[in-house]
Amino acid sequence: MGDVLVFAEHQAGHFSKATLVAVNAGIELAKKRGGGKCIAVIAGENLDGPAGELARYGMSKVIALDDPKLAHYLADLYAQALSALAKSLGAEYVLATATAMGKDLMPRVAARMGAPMASEIVSIGGDGTLVRPLYAGNALATVEMDGPIKVVSVRATAFDSAKPGDSAAPVEKAKPELDPAGLKMQFVSFNEIKSDRPQLTEARIVVSGGRGLKSGENFKTVLEPLVDEMGAAMGASRAAVDAGFVPNDLQVGQTGKVVAPELYVAVGISGAIQHLAGMKDSKTIVAINKDEEAPIFNVADYGLVADLFKAVPEMVEALKKVKHS
Amino acid sequence: MKILVPVKRVPDPATTIRILPDGSGIATDNIKWVINPFDEIALEEALRIKEKQGGGDVALLSVGQQAWQEQLRTGLAMGADRAILVRADQPLDTLAIARVMAKIVGDEKPELVIIGKQAIDDDSNQVGQMLAEMLGWPQATFASKVEIAGTKCTVVREVDGGVETLAFELPAVITADLRLNEPRYASLPGIMKARKKELKEIPVDSLGLDLAPKLKIKALAAPAKRQAGRKVGSVEELVGVLHSEAKVI
Repeated sequence: MGDVLVFAEHQAGHFSKATLVAVNAGIELAKKRGGGKCIAVIAGENLDGPAGELARYGMSKVIALDDPKLAHYLADLYAQALSALAKSLGAEYVLATATAMGKDLMPRVAARMGAPMASEIVSIGGDGTLVRPLYAGNALATVEMDGPIKVVSVRATAFDSAKPGDSAAPVEKAKPELDPAGLKMQFVSFNEIKSDRPQLTEARIVVSGGRGLKSGENFKTVLEPLVDEMGAAMGASRAAVDAGFVPNDLQVGQTGKVVAPELYVAVGISGAIQHLAGMKDSKTIVAINKDEEAPIFNVADYGLVADLFKAVPEMVEALKKVKHS
Repeated sequence: MKILVPVKRVPDPATTIRILPDGSGIATDNIKWVINPFDEIALEEALRIKEKQGGGDVALLSVGQQAWQEQLRTGLAMGADRAILVRADQPLDTLAIARVMAKIVGDEKPELVIIGKQAIDDDSNQVGQMLAEMLGWPQATFASKVEIAGTKCTVVREVDGGVETLAFELPAVITADLRLNEPRYASLPGIMKARKKELKEIPVDSLGLDLAPKLKIKALAAPAKRQAGRKVGSVEELVGVLHSEAKVI
């Protein structure tokens, strides 16, 4: 009992920080559930290299589901392969990070096994109880799941990533069990959104703009120099998105993206509940706003009451000096 | 085409959530209840498909209590043709909800289910995917664009680092993301018409399903409250403290 099967997502053989978070959380959960094993599973094609790389991260074993049919991720296909493997191993938990892929796949795996699922857990109690946020983080629920097998997804920002060790776990190749009749989805294309900036949900620093920016043009000319000077990802409040200044995919908030970077800089954002829900777990929060009564200052570690059109360019210059000093 | 749109009643996103002192739930007095915003987007998409095809049937489905009728009426006022409320007064987990929906889909035989990617109360993001698996249907989660030609469906999905395009034959389950569309408001004539539209109630016990929750919430707690920090007097000072005190730059 107590074995944890971790689905290790990879991008063409590369593991993101998010995947290594799942490995770390899987090791922790196995330990807290009576010393079970943490087994990582990787799926795809030509996996010898990536499986060997993954094996250095502290789990007991890596299983490679190596099959040309798994070359492209598809929910119905992967759910078949993963649930069949979990059942054959007798795992107590199947776990993945709540990335776009993890969110897409894991509920399907749970339903296939008739298993309950806890989404986006943020901590694991001593007895293996799980804590997950509800209401966009405005409440934390301690949840308990029944049944021989349970599914868990982990919030990427809530755990550290696994660190590579000197030794490597054994790698086992396995043939996935796939029923062709159950495969109804077809991958057409993936269009990478090319950007020199880090991804919003993975970035160490996020700089977000709000309605105070007044126009999409000002996002470009005023905010973006600060974003780039800080090597940050750019975000926005719902108000800025609704006003059409920037596209929706930049929205940080309850109905947008939830971020928890080391540094979050809110520029011209008043701090509606909606927005706070998406960023209040950031380590350090800076707010620049000309309204000193703005609610954003209630959560900011450092607040600057100032006209952003003056303060932001000044900040770009000041940062340049710090960098060169 | 027959489209089924599951909708959930949730607190308005602008509501301040207060947890009851005993941790058993949230305080529900003074809460304004609305259709889950993502389900509203799903409904809008269903209505647009119907309008484009020049006809069809858009049915709403809720699994909940009597009061959920309010949100179903709002959905009918937006333009849905009819509504089904599976009356369930006990707490149900996502697996049970998906089972109820799968049963209704079996009876209703829609060609498409469109549902919000997640409900903004429990934030689980599970039911659409679970329903697809239970039905043995394809799924396209986090949809930002849906195209239907005959029985063929192409969906653009928002994934990490870009957008993915999937294709499949209907029937299927699609879950709506923020960028799919902007939902319409209910018009006054829409609200008048909604009063006369069919709202069918089905007692959940009559479905004969195993609904015992496998996931239970043991306790709710408020997250650690963030302390307001301090105001700094200038940009220089700000950059200084970020560098030497917070050590983040």
